[in-house]
Order: sequence, then C-alpha cells, then structure tokens
Amino acid sequence: MLHEPAAKTGKDPASPYKMKLGVQMFLIYAIVYSGFVAINVIKPVLMEKIIFLGLNLAVVYGFGLIIFAILLALIYTSLCTKKEIQLKNEEGNE
Amino acid sequence: MFILAEVQPMAVAIFAMFVGLVLGLSFYFARKAKSASGYFAAGGTVHWAVNGISFAGDYLSAASFLGICGMIATKGYDGFLYSIGYLAGWIVALFVVAEPMKRLGKYTFTDALDAKFESKGIQFAAALSTLIVSVFYLIPQMVGAGVLVTPLLGLEHYVGVIMVGIIVITIVATAGMTSTTYVQFLKGSLLIVFSVVVVAYLCHAGLTTKPDQSGTVPFYEYKSLAAIEANDTITVDGYEFAGEFADGHFVKLIKDGKTSWWLKHKTEDGLKLEETQWITYKDGVKWINGAVASKDNTLRQVGNLEKIKGKTEATGPINPIKFLAILGDKETVVKRWAKAPTFKDGNDDVTVFYPKWNTGNEILRPGQKFKVEGTPLEKANFVSLMLALFCGTAALPHILIRYYTVPSPACARKSTIIAIAAIGFFYILTLFMGLGAMSSGVINLESGNMSAPLLAKSFGLFLFAVISAIAFATVLGTVSGLIVASSGAIAHDIIDRFMGVKMSDKQKVISGKIAAFAVGIIAIVLGIIFKGMNVSFLVGWAFAVAASANLPAIIMLLFWKKTTAKGITASIILGMISALTIILLSPTMYTRYGLNPADAPIPLDNPGLVSIPFSFLVLVVVSLATQKDNAKLEAQKA
Repeated sequence: MLHEPAAKTGKDPASPYKMKLGVQMFLIYAIVYSGFVAINVIKPVLMEKIIFLGLNLAVVYGFGLIIFAILLALIYTSLCTKKEIQLKNEEGNE
Repeated sequence: MFILAEVQPMAVAIFAMFVGLVLGLSFYFARKAKSASGYFAAGGTVHWAVNGISFAGDYLSAASFLGICGMIATKGYDGFLYSIGYLAGWIVALFVVAEPMKRLGKYTFTDALDAKFESKGIQFAAALSTLIVSVFYLIPQMVGAGVLVTPLLGLEHYVGVIMVGIIVITIVATAGMTSTTYVQFLKGSLLIVFSVVVVAYLCHAGLTTKPDQSGTVPFYEYKSLAAIEANDTITVDGYEFAGEFADGHFVKLIKDGKTSWWLKHKTEDGLKLEETQWITYKDGVKWINGAVASKDNTLRQVGNLEKIKGKTEATGPINPIKFLAILGDKETVVKRWAKAPTFKDGNDDVTVFYPKWNTGNEILRPGQKFKVEGTPLEKANFVSLMLALFCGTAALPHILIRYYTVPSPACARKSTIIAIAAIGFFYILTLFMGLGAMSSGVINLESGNMSAPLLAKSFGLFLFAVISAIAFATVLGTVSGLIVASSGAIAHDIIDRFMGVKMSDKQKVISGKIAAFAVGIIAIVLGIIFKGMNVSFLVGWAFAVAASANLPAIIMLLFWKKTTAKGITASIILGMISALTIILLSPTMYTRYGLNPADAPIPLDNPGLVSIPFSFLVLVVVSLATQKDNAKLEAQKA
C-alpha cells in the first residue's frame, strides 16, 4: 500500500493547467538567465556599459533577474488562483 | 582557560535572549510533535506566509549571509553572481517542483520520488543522497558557528560548535519540524529587517576615501616609497634593502633594526614600494607586522576607495542607486587586498597581505574571481557553476521537506512566492553590504566572512551585537532544518520504509529524535575537526551533488511517463558519483591536496555542466532498458 501525504489534498482539476503554465514560465526565465550567462561568457566587457542612472548592465541585469523572478512568481500565482477558482465554480455549477 | 576576547555584554544579552526565545518556543511546541506527522512535517498545518519566511530562514545560511557578503567585499560583483544563481534556483522550485512535491510526498522528498513505485532502490538512493548533501551543508554551518562565537561571546571555536550542537539538538528533539519552522521564521525575519537597517546606515554615512568606522578607528595612511632598481638591488631613502622574495613580488627592507615587507609596484612615475601587512611564524610564534601577535596587535582592517569618481571628497548621505553608480564608475578607484602564498625567509614562514587597485567598472562586473575573459575551460567553469546554482535549489532535501509543512499544494506555491520575494530582496541587499564593507575599511584580512558583521560594527556596537546574534541564529535555523532532513532520511526513509521495521507512530517519533541526536553529535564532531579550514566550498558541493543526483530524478518523474524506478535509482547514484568524482579530481582539490593543479585529471572545478546532463542521460537509458518494470506495475494496479 502506498503512503499518504501529511495533509490530505483533494483532487486538483487545475493541475494540468498549472503544470503547463509553470513550464512555460520556467522556460521564459531560463532564456533570460541564459542571456545573462551568455553575455558574461561571450562579451563580458558589455557588462560595464552604463544603462541608466549611472548603473551598468551587470547591476541592471542582475537586479533585473531577481525582480523578474518575483514578478513572474506573482503573475504565476495570480493566474493559478484564478484558474483554481474558475474550475471550482464550474464544478459547483455542474 | 577558554575566554579569548573581550566579551561584549550587549552581544551576550541579545544572543541569550534569542536562544531563550527559541528554546521556549521549542518546549511550548513540544506537545505538537507527539505524532510522526507533527514531528517530521509540523502536522502540515503551518500557514503559507510563515512557511515562506521560514523557507528564507532555512535557505539563507551562513554561506549566504556571511559568505556572499564576504566574497562581494573581497572580489566585487563576482560574489553577487551567487546571489543571482541561488535566487534563480527558486524559479525551478516554484514553477516545476513545488506543487507536485507537495501532492506526492509525505515527510521527505524520497516519498515523492517513490510515490509511484514503492522501490527499495529509490528509498535507499534518495535517503543516501539526502544524508550526503545535508552533511556537506552541515560542516560549513558548524565551522561558521565556531568562527562567530569568538568575536561575539569571546569563547573558543569548539565551545561555539558544541553550544550550537546542543541548542539545535534541543530544538529538533523537542518539537521537530514545528520548532524548526519558528526558529527559521524568526531568524529569516530578523535577518532581512536588520540587513535593511545596515544598508540604511551605509547610505546615510555615504562614501569617503578615508573611512574611520564612525570615528572609532582612525584611518591608516599606508606608505608608498619611491625606489630605484639597478644591478639586482633596490635603493630606498632611509631603508636598508634586504632582498627580494616570492619571485620578486615583495621586497624586504630594514629600518632601525626592524624588518618590513613591501610590494613592488611599477607606476608611470617609476618604481614604488607599497606598504603591506604580514604574518610571520618564528619558532611557532605568530608575529604580526613585526611584533608578537596579541589582542592589541592584530592585522589592521582594510578596504577603501582611493578615488570617488576621480576625486577624494566624501559624498555625505547618498541614495542606494547613487551608491552603486559611484562604485561602478570608471574614475572610482578601489583599494583591495590580497593574500600572497606563504614563503620562507630563512627559517621563518612569511605571509604577506598586499594592496591591489581596481577601477569601479572592473569591480562592478564579473571577472575578479571567475575568469570570464579567460580560456574556454575557465568560461566552462563559470557556466557550470551558474548551471549548478540554477538547478541545485529545487533539489536540496532540507528545502524540499518544507513543502510538507503546509496544508495544500496551493499553500506550497504561495509559500514559495513569499520565499522568492524575501530571499530576492535580501540578495539585493547583499550587494550593498558587500560593497559597503569593501569601501569602509572593515575587511578582516584573515576572514572575509566577517565583513557583514564588521560593517555593522562600524556603525555601532548595538548593531554589531544584533547582526552577530542574527548571524549565529542563521546557523541555528539552517542546522535545525538540515538535522530534521537527515533525521527523516534515517528514521522514515531507511528504518521505516527501506528496512521495513514496523513501528507505531510514537516509535517513529522516538526513532526520529534518536536520529536527530546522532546527526547532531556527528555535526558537532565534524565542526570541531574541520576547524580553521575554509569549508565554504562544501556548500557548492552540496548544490552540485543535489543538482546532479536529485533534480533529474524529480524532473523526469514529473514530465516523462517512461521513467522507471531503476532509472531513478541509477540516475541518483551515478549523478552523485559523477559529481563527486569530478570535484575530487578537479584542479581546486589538487591544490588542497598539496599537488600541482595542472596534473588534475579533470580540468573542470564545477561538475554541473557534465554531471547534470550525464544524470539525465543515465535515467533515460536505464528507464528505456527497464520498461518491462513499468508494464508490470501497471498490471498490478489494474
């Protein structure tokens, strides 16, 4: 017999949607992250270029990656929550 | 006698208050840890917001707080690459791992991997990987505890290690994951709040070319002597030339019978000799800068700006953006310090610390540590590290177990988002704290890891006491999480599931507590054995091993239906072995063995670029070869 989760979780009809969305967002972030690594390897001197307010590309891209992660996370959870509510309502109406 | 330094009563009081609070919470929550679910997973009842900050408290280890700030302080932007990579790893955790892990698992990530198969191979391999990764992570935390306790409480290294061990064993053995959660929550919150305070002080103080630690330590002006080199000798006014050392990098001068060491520095105005600092061991006695080492004769703290955008005026209070813009300016000149390899002067061992100059644009981009402009191999090393950081987080067992402490997959998701926001914000602060230490004359030449607490000290003893107590709490929070993860791997994965020992719920809790006690004792012993060794690289190992052993198994289980139990087992074992083999045969390890790094059979220092794809490949090949197993499993279910 298989073991059970610590807290019982019911069926999650939004699961396939969330998984697909998660993979898409992961790929978007992975591409942006790879861009950062690629610039450093291919043309590192580009990182010195001042972008705005006296900040160079290294700082803007580095902070950008952190802020972009937070933004993507917020978008992801709001879309997931919306879908969960929508499917729950649909289930209730049936 | 084990009292080493002047004890800061305020630091002791704040530290004692924190420990008292933590232990009080542990005893209060002890009644909640009567069941296995309560002990290993806090009953799955932790609020997602609390869990999110606890994630931050668990993740932001001594390596993050002390290590990253220290590396930025000594190497500039390269240290910040760790912040970027560590945070990016949470994206994998959120988008790919969080909800499925919660849905499939019970107490440990082995549960999730094994949910579909009930395989002894997976149970053993995943538990072994948990233990190896956790021990690699534990050692630097325990050594860090010993390092911190000396300036904070004036105690010897081993006393600090034993103290942390006892406190953590008490935390984990009383209320398991529940008390661990609240320790991590407290520590995570305090770390972020007080890091903001340090950065606020830093911006308010602004930048100056003559930092004096808020007037408490006068700025030391290092001498620069004009010299003439001719016929294998160097002539300097007022000094007697006594030879060149370390391939002609350093010059020994004598004045009034006193020896001093100088760096040869060729400038546009001719040869200059720059004043250094040095440690000499004479007949086993430590001398610093020409006098016997003592509490009053230590190496001077260093790091300052010689030019601020081409000028030498102090800026006064500045905003955070201006702070970074000034430090990254090509007319800003940063004076850093480096440690030369120890050389012989007669029977004496001499280690010289010498100044280096970089312009701001060089400091605020990669290149001082990672040779991104170097050979293809050096570039491959950099890519490999960034890959391991990206893939490692979502595969760290002590992080994954936090998914079982919340009530639902949606809560697992939400708590990950809180974690990303909290950790991301903290990592942005690391750049300010590191660069602040680099420019404020607070870097301890013998341990860059103390840069953040020493920066806080330059703003006042109270802030130093609080930051040091938090740094200590950082160790408590992370070690508690690691011991819970190890305890789960031993008691739940190995004894209960792999060995099939039948236990009641109460017996499971007791075996978990015994396992926690045993791992705690091992951690204490390792923390004492590894004293004095720079073991922060072990955290890098933990990431590389976790990314190579665990992540391919997690990803393929979720996204490839043909994955088999044997495929997962082989991928974990071979991923772990390949990562460890590459590390042990790498140039860095050859240097540590005292061998020539050029003789290392594997030229890569960071294994991720090879071992992660290799582990995926193993899983695919073995799974395709064992498809019959899945067919049997399907038939049994039907």
